[in-house]
Amino acid sequence: MTTSDAATAAWCDRCGEAVAVGSHDGCAAARVLEPPRFCAHCRRRMKVQVLPVGWAAVCVEHGEIRG
Amino acid sequence: MPEILDQARTQVLENGVGLDEAGVLAVLNLPDEQLPAALQLAHEVRMRWCGPEVEVEGIVSLKTGGCPEDCHFCSQSGLFTSPVRSVWLDIPSLVEAAKQTAATGATEFCIVAAVRGPDARLMKQMREGVAAIKAEVDIQVAASLGMLSKEQVDELVDMGVHRYNHNLETCRSYFPNVVTTHSWEERWETLRMVRESGMEVCCGGILGLGETVEQRAEFAAQLAELDPHEVPLNFLNPRPGTPLGDRPVVEGKDALRAIAAFRLAMPRTILRYAGGREITLGDLGTRDGLLGGINAVIVGNYLTTLGRPATADLELLDDLKMPVKALSATL
Repeated sequence: MTTSDAATAAWCDRCGEAVAVGSHDGCAAARVLEPPRFCAHCRRRMKVQVLPVGWAAVCVEHGEIRG
Repeated sequence: MPEILDQARTQVLENGVGLDEAGVLAVLNLPDEQLPAALQLAHEVRMRWCGPEVEVEGIVSLKTGGCPEDCHFCSQSGLFTSPVRSVWLDIPSLVEAAKQTAATGATEFCIVAAVRGPDARLMKQMREGVAAIKAEVDIQVAASLGMLSKEQVDELVDMGVHRYNHNLETCRSYFPNVVTTHSWEERWETLRMVRESGMEVCCGGILGLGETVEQRAEFAAQLAELDPHEVPLNFLNPRPGTPLGDRPVVEGKDALRAIAAFRLAMPRTILRYAGGREITLGDLGTRDGLLGGINAVIVGNYLTTLGRPATADLELLDDLKMPVKALSATL
């Protein structure tokens, strides 16, 4: 997630829970070695393809992000 | 020096004969203060029987998620509430992944699918994908597609797949605690057919599934009996939503003990760092393992999780003066 994405994120992209509820420090730490699984805007599960270098995650509503 | 290490110095280092189950268990039970000596001996064994080269591999998931099997560690099982969704990789992206892998200096590229065994659609995707890679990328192609029929084994040979991965995952006695939708023996049968076909056998597993130390030794002995060309050694990375999602990570020293023990059980095999090393061992432990029996690495990302940047591993190998195995040396 980019900084600007994070500023508008309503949902944790790892666990899918609301970012405003509880701590997501553990999720943030885990995300160093994981791609996102949930769309930060709508909480939908994304289709994620991990590649040897990078990853691509697609939300049916909000499109593709890459990392 | 503990008796088991004296025995291993003669039996394994000098004569190239791996430790049996009791010997592996003795190594796994060594106290912390003996761990450096065990790693040093395992490193000497690796250098003597395998040489200094390190085989570098990249992997990619051709078909992710939606698997009908219930391997309790796996986030790709469709039977658990994992957030991993089903997705297929198209052939241009597969070729691009092979190019990314080759650019690291890797000689191996393993195509993996989360399936019980391949169906006609997957075999067609493999045939087209392997042909496209071979046309554009100078790299050896391996595959990991679950359990195979004899016809599928022959088809993979015909495609030019040179190595087949099918992990036993854990020892025979513990396997039913980890997988209930198929048996250890079914996996063994696929491995037997792969060996008979002339493809190289790649077979390892995951440590930290809840097995005892005795079962870890049993697993090493069973792998040694199989005598695979390569043993990928994973450490459980507990995945959310899976039955093993709350298990603790393997302690770093236990992981290193296992690396030394597996090397002393299989002096000539390619012993590869696979998934979970980042969280189990970290940077320092990764280095210790490479100086303790490991002679191969998966670089870059894994199937559903991310790894260290390939450059970090390649710099480490350079620092350790361990040359990356060249493609010409694998042909």
